[in-house]
Amino acid sequence: MYLNSQPQPAPTSAETAVATAESITRTLSGAEATLHALLAEGVDTVFGYPGGAIIPIYDALYDFKEQLNHVLVRHEQGGIHAAQGYARSSGKVGVVFATSGPGATNLVTGLADALIDSTPLVCITGQVFAHLLGTDAFQETDIINITTPITKWNHQVTDASEIPEALAKAFYIARSGRPGPVLIDITKNAQMQKADFAPYQPCTHIRSYRPRPLVRSEYVAQAAALINQAKRPLVLWGQGVLLGQAEQEFKQFIEKSGIPAAWTILGAGALPTGHPLNVGMLGMHGNYGPNVLTNECDVLIAIGMRFDDRVTGRLDKYARQAQVIHLDIDPTEIDKNVKANVPVWGDCKETLPLLTELLEARTYPEWRQRFQDHDAEEIAAVIQDELFPTSDELTMGEVIQQLNELTQGEAIIVTDVGQHQMVACRYAKLNHTRSNITSGGLGTMGFALPAAIGAKYGAPERTVVAVIGDGGIQMTIQELGTIMQTGVNVKILLLNNQFLGMVRQWQELFHDRRYSFVDIASPDYVTVASGYSIAGLRVDSRPDLQAALREMLEHPGSFLLEVMVTRENNIFPMVPQGCGVGEIRLK
Amino acid sequence: MTQQSIDRREYNITAYTENQVGLLNRIAIIFSRRKINIESLNTSPSEVEGIHRFNIVVVETEEVVRKIARQIEKQVEVLKVYFNPNEDVIWQEMALYKVPTDVIAERALVERLLREHGARAVVIRKDYTVFETTGHREETDKLLTVLQPYGLIEFVRSARIAIIKNSQGFHHQLREFERIEPSHEVSENDYLNSRDKVFTM
Ligand SMILES: Cc1ncc(C[n+]2csc(CCOP(=O)(O)OP(=O)(O)O)c2C)c(N)n1
Repeated sequence: MYLNSQPQPAPTSAETAVATAESITRTLSGAEATLHALLAEGVDTVFGYPGGAIIPIYDALYDFKEQLNHVLVRHEQGGIHAAQGYARSSGKVGVVFATSGPGATNLVTGLADALIDSTPLVCITGQVFAHLLGTDAFQETDIINITTPITKWNHQVTDASEIPEALAKAFYIARSGRPGPVLIDITKNAQMQKADFAPYQPCTHIRSYRPRPLVRSEYVAQAAALINQAKRPLVLWGQGVLLGQAEQEFKQFIEKSGIPAAWTILGAGALPTGHPLNVGMLGMHGNYGPNVLTNECDVLIAIGMRFDDRVTGRLDKYARQAQVIHLDIDPTEIDKNVKANVPVWGDCKETLPLLTELLEARTYPEWRQRFQDHDAEEIAAVIQDELFPTSDELTMGEVIQQLNELTQGEAIIVTDVGQHQMVACRYAKLNHTRSNITSGGLGTMGFALPAAIGAKYGAPERTVVAVIGDGGIQMTIQELGTIMQTGVNVKILLLNNQFLGMVRQWQELFHDRRYSFVDIASPDYVTVASGYSIAGLRVDSRPDLQAALREMLEHPGSFLLEVMVTRENNIFPMVPQGCGVGEIRLK
Repeated sequence: MTQQSIDRREYNITAYTENQVGLLNRIAIIFSRRKINIESLNTSPSEVEGIHRFNIVVVETEEVVRKIARQIEKQVEVLKVYFNPNEDVIWQEMALYKVPTDVIAERALVERLLREHGARAVVIRKDYTVFETTGHREETDKLLTVLQPYGLIEFVRSARIAIIKNSQGFHHQLREFERIEPSHEVSENDYLNSRDKVFTM
């Protein structure tokens, strides 16, 4: 089908493309072959920025406007974060175009972010002519070597005929197994060169790549036996549940087993926030109960999570008493940080049902009561004041609380990095999976604004709210231009504490309040937004908050709401660096 | 000394890979980001066409080596990785020694040297002679100390090559891989040779 020159609606998946492909060969330029490959892979939206070395692909794009939506961003970093947001909200592969040299190097932060957060991306970069490689030609950088440690796979194409196969491999690798970013660098001659192309063949197999581990039933049986005799089991789940699209299987597992379950920030939303067995967030700024009780459970069941140090705190004080069962698709995660007594290597969509099958239905009333007791403690010490403050100044928590009331947990929340991120992730109500998009592993400031744009393209029917700090928004604020030009509908909730708040908190707690360069000035954001024809409002008092949030949500297009919040508020609970999770502080 | 450093020993990592540009870099990065020094590295074709073999020697604890081996195997183009302590492999290194011919002929009994150290003369010229030995480190080192007083001009030792004593299992699999899916040729950059002839803008 992709060979037809008539504009055609993009096939929904690579399979349909193959089923309907005509077995004829046609002469195309490498650039055209690239776009045909994208269509065959079901790509509908590409984020990118042109330049000399990728002009042939942009030239071909001119004739593909009907089939392939291209979003012109304002900086390649914005482009790749947008593609990440798109991938995370849609579950599909995000696609980015960039030119050689500076265009390609501007992708580096996003690639690192996507690799650590397992986001499927295919980045296509232009490269200088093949005969100029290695000569320090104009805008030449060795992007393959630069990106080797931050891609799941990368490859340089110097001849047009290699393009379909390289892209087929790229998509297959990006989305299969543990997903991740892939970069394909295409020299300019390869884009321009004409070649005969057979119909596109998606890749389904690479001999040296085993993305789908064979599940070993003896380990599943051992895990079930361990769980069935547990008195105080605890489940920790991460993004693996979402990436494996195993939310249903996970819910069935939780509900039959009756085990309380806590989440990493990338796992948020896989089980609704309000689910009775959802006991809250793990880690440095997670909830009190799951952190403390990690050190009291007898069986710890980790599902699609990787025991990041922000989750475990000090490893030698982490869950020493527990038998650990680790379910993961990536064998390198098993035993990497925390030794597993029972490793269940496999896709959790496959392993969870096998495990659920072998479980006895249980409820653990006393054990669950422990979580409720800790919740009560945390509410009294922290949450009450954060969500329902009595002081004059607004808190970040109450903004999120009010937002919850208006969205009823239906929105996608995209967060930047800092205090607002921890508050939003802790307190946002999420009814659905793929509703929490944040930079977890890399903690990339500047992520949220472009990621929110991408998230809206990936899930156009949903409300997308970007929660951003006054520091983070200034890192990628130019993407307001992308919003202006495309008319994409993104709600920007800017929580302005006039500080690089998270760093200030550390300086306050661990460096004697020596506030070294964390006092950051801001422009008048509402005026800036209006310069980009984006509606905006600023509030600094409680009585105005709800109406302003409502106005933002009801506004027909994008909207920037700046909320002035307490300058020196701290995020608690907190596991201080170098402490065990049991040493989590409420104050 | 910590327990960690006591447990460190030589491990031979054997990786079967596709023959791909850039893979060496991907593998090297796995070591360098953990600040692990590679003692020896050799890559060569394997018995199966199109499949390459890396032989990497590191001094580390078993736990670290296991994690590294998994990280290497995780790379898309890597088929299989083994790691073995020295007793599980048969290994050899080769050394070349260059000494002045007149000194060696006058003062040492060349023949005895060769016999005692299992060495071979590779080249004998008027000005110098090159010997070769093959063996474990201690063996090649022995001849080095012997030749030092005779005005050794140059010495070089190769990377280690090793064969796993017990690896029949993967050999069959490799053959099978190759039967079902023969390897691609590595794509060379043919354009590099035609620089002056190509028009650019
Ligand atoms: C690109 C980048 N640079 C620096 C940091 C370090 N950092 C983490 S949080 C933070 C402060 C964020 O401030 P702001 O965006 O205002 O959010 P707040 O913490 O005040 O909510 C900084 C500087 C980072 N995470 N990312």
